[in-house]
Amino acid sequence: MFDNPELLKLIFGRLNLEALPIHEPILVGTFAVVATGGLALFAIVTYFRLWTYLWREWFTTVDHKRIGIMYMILGIVMLLRGFADAIMMRLQQAIAFGGSDGYLPAHHYDQVFTAHGVIMIFFVAMPLVTGLMNYVVPLQIGARDVSFPFLNNFSFWMTVGGAVLVMMSLFIGEFARTGWLAYPPLSNIAYSPDVGVDYYIWGLQVAGVGTTLSGINLICTIVKLRAPGMTMMKMPVFTWTSLCTNVLIVASFPVLTAVLALLSLDRYVGTNFFTNDLGGNPMMYVNLIWIWGHPEVYILVLPAFGIFSEVTATFSGKRLFGYTSMVYATVVITILSYLVWLHHFFTMGSGASVNSFFGITTMIISIPTGAKMFNWLFTMYRGRIRFELPMMWTVAFMLTFVIGGMTGVLLAVPPADFVLHNSLFLVAHFHNVIIGGVLFGLFAGINYWFPKAFGFRLDPFWGKLSFWFWVSGFYVAFMPLYVLGLMGVTRRLRVFDDPSLQIWFVIAAFGAFLIFLGIIAMLVQFAVSILKREQLKDVTGDPWDARTLEWATSSPPPDYNFAFTPVVYDNDAWWDMKRRGYRRPLTGFRPIHMPSNTGTGVILAGLATAMGFGLIWYIWWLAAVCFVGLLAVAIGHTFNYHRDFHIPSDEVVRVEEARTRALAAGAQS
Amino acid sequence: MRALKLLAILPFAALLGGCDFVVLAPAGDIAAQQRDLVVISTVLMLIIVLPVMALTVLFAWRYRQSNTEATYEPEWDHSTQLELVIWSAPLLIIICLGALTWMGTHLLDPYRTLGRIAADKPIEQKDTALDVQVVALDWKWLFIYPQYGVATVNELAAPIDRPIRFRITASSVMNSFYIPALAGQIYAMPGMETKLHAVSNKEGTFRGFSANYSGAGFSGMHFDFKSQSPAEFDKWITAAKASKDMLGRTDYLQLERPSQNDPVRLYGTVDRDLYKAILNMCVEPGKMCMSEMMAIDAKGGLGREGLNNTLPLTYDKYARRGAPLGTEPTFVAGICSIDELKDTPLREVTAPLDLTPLRGVGLKRPPFSPAHPSSTSLLLSGQRSKSES
Repeated sequence: MFDNPELLKLIFGRLNLEALPIHEPILVGTFAVVATGGLALFAIVTYFRLWTYLWREWFTTVDHKRIGIMYMILGIVMLLRGFADAIMMRLQQAIAFGGSDGYLPAHHYDQVFTAHGVIMIFFVAMPLVTGLMNYVVPLQIGARDVSFPFLNNFSFWMTVGGAVLVMMSLFIGEFARTGWLAYPPLSNIAYSPDVGVDYYIWGLQVAGVGTTLSGINLICTIVKLRAPGMTMMKMPVFTWTSLCTNVLIVASFPVLTAVLALLSLDRYVGTNFFTNDLGGNPMMYVNLIWIWGHPEVYILVLPAFGIFSEVTATFSGKRLFGYTSMVYATVVITILSYLVWLHHFFTMGSGASVNSFFGITTMIISIPTGAKMFNWLFTMYRGRIRFELPMMWTVAFMLTFVIGGMTGVLLAVPPADFVLHNSLFLVAHFHNVIIGGVLFGLFAGINYWFPKAFGFRLDPFWGKLSFWFWVSGFYVAFMPLYVLGLMGVTRRLRVFDDPSLQIWFVIAAFGAFLIFLGIIAMLVQFAVSILKREQLKDVTGDPWDARTLEWATSSPPPDYNFAFTPVVYDNDAWWDMKRRGYRRPLTGFRPIHMPSNTGTGVILAGLATAMGFGLIWYIWWLAAVCFVGLLAVAIGHTFNYHRDFHIPSDEVVRVEEARTRALAAGAQS
Repeated sequence: MRALKLLAILPFAALLGGCDFVVLAPAGDIAAQQRDLVVISTVLMLIIVLPVMALTVLFAWRYRQSNTEATYEPEWDHSTQLELVIWSAPLLIIICLGALTWMGTHLLDPYRTLGRIAADKPIEQKDTALDVQVVALDWKWLFIYPQYGVATVNELAAPIDRPIRFRITASSVMNSFYIPALAGQIYAMPGMETKLHAVSNKEGTFRGFSANYSGAGFSGMHFDFKSQSPAEFDKWITAAKASKDMLGRTDYLQLERPSQNDPVRLYGTVDRDLYKAILNMCVEPGKMCMSEMMAIDAKGGLGREGLNNTLPLTYDKYARRGAPLGTEPTFVAGICSIDELKDTPLREVTAPLDLTPLRGVGLKRPPFSPAHPSSTSLLLSGQRSKSES
């Protein structure tokens, strides 16, 4: 039966044993490590009989807090993968000199840099940002959950599905060798006939559904579920930036979905949207993908700006300077971010007037960004700054981000871009803003809100170690790239023949090693903090003497967040409540209406992932079955009437009394 | 300005003496002007970036918690004056930079003919430009010299102080044509043409390469740019002409197949229409040229019958596999022969040669005849009498 090639093709599509990279020792080694780790994890979970617990309490949860935490875990796991790619690139570029071919063949190296970009943006930065928004926003606006709790669960699992597809390409087949935006014609079927680009397309399409839906969800949440009294201009700045980010998501991700759909039509049914021949035009793809791509940059950095605003105000013990101008700056950035996409390809030969227009709009964005920078600065001015970890990350951000912003405006000058485009200067620039802006912001956010999520602070010693390794590592790794860019060295090169460049790549590789230590220190920080959780415990729910509503409830917050919906009179609502002598209500609790958990999200996302796998490998029956399954489950779920329940008032009383006792015990000790 | 430039480069020079900062010290006038823009913009931005960095450090230190002597105003969160400053200071910088950008982008538009040979050397009518047709192949560069009827692979030569007019296209995927010492880069795209005007002012051998990732052989896709004295260049052309190799269409179809790290090759004779055919994607015999297709479409197209005018695609650079669910790949059969290909009109921006006095885009000064001569200033009337004399 199995010697009939037609039948095999029908069952397995183009999947065969050659797709397994058994001839690549690096991948075999990686697989061994991953498989051992996975098996160990599986064994532990099974041994402690945690599967039911995980399924009931986590996988099927619709609680925005748990989903937020799961997003963070996904982001950190994928950070390890994305960083492994980074180390491999740095190593290759540090040794591939003077006739040496390095250790990675083009076939592998080109996948590595593509995967690095895709993973870091879509599966590290996005989940971390979405995770923080998911966790914090409902708490900050005094809501019980997001608007559509089931959708939230589904969005998360779709993101996981995309990540699974991308990770799968490591061991089954291969990933795209096109660069992270997969420009055609290179990414079209004529020049990339293998599965790499298909993994790219379906990984992003599946995850994109999740991102778009979570954007819709958070917009609704912010617009509709704010606590009474919280007008738009009394919203915390993080909520404001989240709102703008999600508006950007909802407006720009459909463009990505559409452009990838067009590319897949080209690849699957032979249309000619982006081919060279028959009327296709690859320039259209470049335009469309950047119409998504540039807002994406702001999708990532706006929440980070929000985090810095919260952190600066809290740790300076002072109101945020210029709240109104901060909000307007955010909105202006949101709008302008749609008017700058062409600056990613000034070199495509648009006329001088078009190039100048997009150059100048890009520069205009630096005005509100500059205003924000000054606002943080004047929030610190006449404050009492406590240099806890979140504040340290913020100061590091302020010093680092201005350099990245400056090189960014420089690249917005078209003639300057002609000499620096696609060079390592550009690579240094966007790492400068993404690491120095987004990642530093996320780390500030993680250190800031961790005690809220778990009831104990993160260990400051290992946190500081991680901080210094990360910050110094960043400078050592990326300043040489600025230098190399000025020497006219372009990006994505695998081998070099000018030996005088080598020293810079060696320095950069050392910087990457420092960042590696920073990541290790961060993981140790998590482990040590869990071990020392009794010492680091916080019972007040407000360890930083903070200002916004999420700190009004216990840490970790109860399932229902707030027993009574708070009433807001000030944009620093919790600060205002504390100042006016707020007392927790101790009686009068009522049953609380809550959404029920459901496994539908996991099932839908699983089916979508399997469908993606079927399409990637041309296993048509699998794709068809999964597609029908998706429809059936989605329709079936509409008949699920067990969507909500009430937490009985006894239960609320029990939880709140436990908190009262904990607070009293905390006050005595 | 010169002093500023020097100042900006000084720290680099001190730190990194041994390195070749080709972007900061190029050999061509266009690249030099682009470098100037890089430096001026950086200096402009440092005006605001440095104070911000200094203030960050200062405030972080001064208002630290342990410094109880510093003022503490927890409720101070607004100051209209400060707000004005923090919005207008970046605005002012951006206005300057925006003006600089608008001018610089138009003056250094790669499609614009050169306005000068070097900072101190105006262009003269006798300086006819050297035409070079550039084709990015997988993974090598083809340069055709139509004025001399020669072509090279992976080597480009040009005399100094003579304007070079590049017309750039590609055979399969997108690349970027970049010689840092000469001028900024521009994409090379199949079926499309980009242009670049540049001039080299210094003799030497410089590096050129593709600055846009294009597949497996990308790292080896570089070439030497030889900037030579006119005499040397003539010698180089003679040597190229002496080459017995010729580049016709069939040779080109061989050449364009993917190959990596190709050695330099010279072709003594070149098919006169080869570049046009490459640009119009009709080097293969029997394939309809883009220009022809567009001309037909401009007249309303061939209608449904046009669908019959396709043939199955048997040859492609990569032994192309069609899409799994689509029809077999086809191409549009040619109707006319290549000789009828008209040259695409050059969409060029022509720089005014006479820059004194600078009158915007070369408009003539309107004749000035004031209604009330007594009300005009002395200065204006003085100028006027001069121009009339």
